[in-house]
Amino acid sequence: MALPEIKPVNDQWQPGDPYTPVRTPCRFKNPLSKYRVWRNEAKCIQCGKCVEVCPYGVHAKAGKYVRKPKSYLCLGPACEKNAFYCVANCPAQALTVRLNPVYPTLGDYRWSGDLLLSTWWQAEFGTLPYSDLEYRTGASGGGFDKLRFLFPPRHKDLKLTHDDISLELELNRRGDGRPQIKLSVPWYSAGMSFGSISINAMLSRLRSAVRFNTMMSTGEGGFPDELIPYQDFVITQVATGLFGVREDTIQRVRMVEFKYAQGAKPGLGGHLLGDKVTPAVARMRESVPGSALFSPFPFHSVYSVEDHKKHLDWIKEINPRALVSVKVSTPTDVDMVAVGSYYAGAHVVQLDGSYGGTGAAPDIAKKNIAMPIEFAIPKVHQFLKQEGIREHVTLIASGGIRTAFDIAKAIALGADGVQVGTGEMVALECLRCYQCESGRGCVRGIATTDPELVEMMTVEWGEKRVSNLYHSWAWQLKEILRRLGMRSIRELVGRTDTLVHLDYYNLPVDDDLRRGA
Amino acid sequence: MPAKYHIHVHPISRRFPAPGKSTILDWGEGCLRCTHCVKETCPYLAFRQRDFDQTSLTDTIDNFCKNCYRCVQGCPRELVVKAANPQYRTLGDDYWKPEIILSTYSQAETGKIPVSGAGYGGPFAGPGFDSIWTDMSEIVRPTRDGIHGREYISTAIDLGRKPLFLIFNEQKDLAFTPPPLVEIPLPVLLAEPPLGAAPDKVRQSTVQAARQLSTLAVIPRENLGSDFDQADGRLVPSYVCETLNLDDPLLAGVPLVEIGDHESVLEKIESLKRRYPALITMIKVPADGRCEARLAELAGAGAEVIHLAADQHAMGYGDAGHLHLKDLIRTCHLRLVADNLRDTVTLLASGGIAMAEHVAKAIICGVDGVIVDLPILLALECRLCRECQNGGSCPVQMEKLNVRRGAQRLMNLMGAWNNQLLEVLGAMGIREVRRLRGEVGRAMFVDDLQQEIFAPLFAQPVKDGGRREGE
Repeated sequence: MALPEIKPVNDQWQPGDPYTPVRTPCRFKNPLSKYRVWRNEAKCIQCGKCVEVCPYGVHAKAGKYVRKPKSYLCLGPACEKNAFYCVANCPAQALTVRLNPVYPTLGDYRWSGDLLLSTWWQAEFGTLPYSDLEYRTGASGGGFDKLRFLFPPRHKDLKLTHDDISLELELNRRGDGRPQIKLSVPWYSAGMSFGSISINAMLSRLRSAVRFNTMMSTGEGGFPDELIPYQDFVITQVATGLFGVREDTIQRVRMVEFKYAQGAKPGLGGHLLGDKVTPAVARMRESVPGSALFSPFPFHSVYSVEDHKKHLDWIKEINPRALVSVKVSTPTDVDMVAVGSYYAGAHVVQLDGSYGGTGAAPDIAKKNIAMPIEFAIPKVHQFLKQEGIREHVTLIASGGIRTAFDIAKAIALGADGVQVGTGEMVALECLRCYQCESGRGCVRGIATTDPELVEMMTVEWGEKRVSNLYHSWAWQLKEILRRLGMRSIRELVGRTDTLVHLDYYNLPVDDDLRRGA
Repeated sequence: MPAKYHIHVHPISRRFPAPGKSTILDWGEGCLRCTHCVKETCPYLAFRQRDFDQTSLTDTIDNFCKNCYRCVQGCPRELVVKAANPQYRTLGDDYWKPEIILSTYSQAETGKIPVSGAGYGGPFAGPGFDSIWTDMSEIVRPTRDGIHGREYISTAIDLGRKPLFLIFNEQKDLAFTPPPLVEIPLPVLLAEPPLGAAPDKVRQSTVQAARQLSTLAVIPRENLGSDFDQADGRLVPSYVCETLNLDDPLLAGVPLVEIGDHESVLEKIESLKRRYPALITMIKVPADGRCEARLAELAGAGAEVIHLAADQHAMGYGDAGHLHLKDLIRTCHLRLVADNLRDTVTLLASGGIAMAEHVAKAIICGVDGVIVDLPILLALECRLCRECQNGGSCPVQMEKLNVRRGAQRLMNLMGAWNNQLLEVLGAMGIREVRRLRGEVGRAMFVDDLQQEIFAPLFAQPVKDGGRREGE
């Protein structure tokens, strides 16, 4: 299938073309950092020695004066072994390097401070941080955070280069005559509705998706006109509230996502608080500004697998070229649900684990209801294999996929690909303050529709940040495959033998891609 | 259908500022006096609202700050910093974590269920109740109408002995008098906390809240002075077996009594029931190594309600000290099921019930309802510093508590808990909390999942022997 036409975005490129990262710094004056460099103004003689010695650009001069240090570029106290350590080189003893007191306050168990900082780093530079920041796992003490890749000894496939390795993901395996969609990377953007996030955040994600020849789901908030130029890369969601679902929005896209439940609040409905229902959002959702919107649970027209099939048929009838994805949560019988969805005609079964999600949800639901995705993937993968239909359905995992390593681990556990959401929000400088839903929304200008707050972020900036992160992820995935001697991400599916779980494995294991070769 | 149970919540502000997880430090030295200072442009107006609290001698800014870091990232001289708050970590202990305490404060203040964005940020799993996930249904039957404005989900439970079948005489009338039952509209009883400053204020708030919630308040008999209504239908005096005097005037007025387990407890109950046939008796059994056998014995002998009591950290006593309440409940429940006694007796549990999810999870493991104590103190702003046990003064001045406001805070907490229980039931498509009891099939235990899913994949030796690359 020919690549779809898209509106030119400044320079000349085609979706899926190699991307060169563009350095895109933090929007705020002071980027957050793990270490902090202090300059004692009273002692500093403005000699510029530090500017001269530091190879990382922590110190810079503006005219005659030495500028405020860029602490986030600093290696930290570990730099003292280097000859260029600014603290030792300073003739006036005006410099100190220490752990930033802000650092321990950042992040949580799943998204540790290191993970936030390293994701911001990747979004700025498109590469892995050179400092000691952990970029692979959080500190949740289970699931992905206890799985490690065990790379074979290095001599095996050294000849393999990144150019030989394919990350392509095919979404249609049913052989039902509907078009194939081939994504260049094994992930696409999870549903976040217009209303829950700003149009700028949405466009940033979508334009990055176009760059990498992948897709973005609209979530349950309609299909804003701003997305139309990129409509071939949009997945539109049909969810229980049917907000913004019209025949023409379904006819416009190549894939429709039918959402039963979402991992963060499985079995409960969605809820957009009144404050976030601005006139624009209300127009899109055909509702009244200022009044809260409930997306009920469950589908009131689906009470059986037969009803389910009827709905998928309905979508297929309205758009004969569309693929259909079914998004479900992870209850005890998630394996049966997946099989049911396949027989009802789904091309893609998407499992949304309980620890992800971006919108507002009751804490009790986020923590307790349904199982984490790490357990659901192998359970479903194996069951689909037993049923003999694994090859005919695309299994997508989401809900708690934070890093390139999470993507690779999810695939090794049995998924074909993943959906990501929070990772992109972090690239746009979300720091997980958990206030997405309250008042006017995110005061960092991401998950908001407040006109003043939306202005905090431009699409150009956001697109570059997300693209840089994507670039770094693609590099890491290829590097993982290269070290495993695999030529395609397809080879990794279900290869749990490439992983070890720290509960069962107590030899040292280090899968840091910055070490070894 | 019974009238819908509704807990009337009403915001009651805190008397003391709560310590935040992190705190704002700012200093003026080197300040450039920008025209648009980050302190003025704070989106939450935290700097404008901050105050100095005269009683706790602390800055109140942490109560307004929502951690957006815009001031930290915006000040051109980096003069505003967020730093970890050491006071926060000293709240509570390993079990009663600061997160639980702060969440209880805010539920007691607002009556709302805790809601937040950005997914879950906590540990993958943990010991005890944190090792359980509850189930959900993708498709549920047509009659249920979503979580909002939904069809009635009942959270009521019955306390008392239940006959397994009915016998009718030839006139088609019941051939026996059914044993007395008390229905409470939520599966939670309140109990006087085992510690705390100004226990009389706490007790009064507890009894008042129990009355308004239509549940029961379990209070040691010796603490029930003449200031308590002797015929309060919501009061459960708790006795040590030997001290129970059949002439106690209280026995004629209350619906239920609690008696500590004792070798002669059954005889005591027999004489009690002979004199007060409408009185329901609850036996408090410590969750020790012999609780399973003891429960079976008591239930077999006709016990009406059994209260399985674990310690404040939800662990067993004595030789069961290494076992968590959830496991003890499961063992006891299954034993009663095996003995065909489970449906005859009401089983309640206490000890370490700290959050709404613990109510649902304890019930899934096999109890009918729970008894809470320490969360009552937390709702009244207790810091669990336990200074009162050493004769120290209470940092939140419990002695100055207004009982009416205290009771409302307890109702707020229970209102929030009840709504959270409804969320869990709603997600499962269960319409009655009575049906949740022992439904372990609608729950997932981390050990089981690990055993079923991960062990077959990862528990065998690895070929390459863990050689690490580059070595």
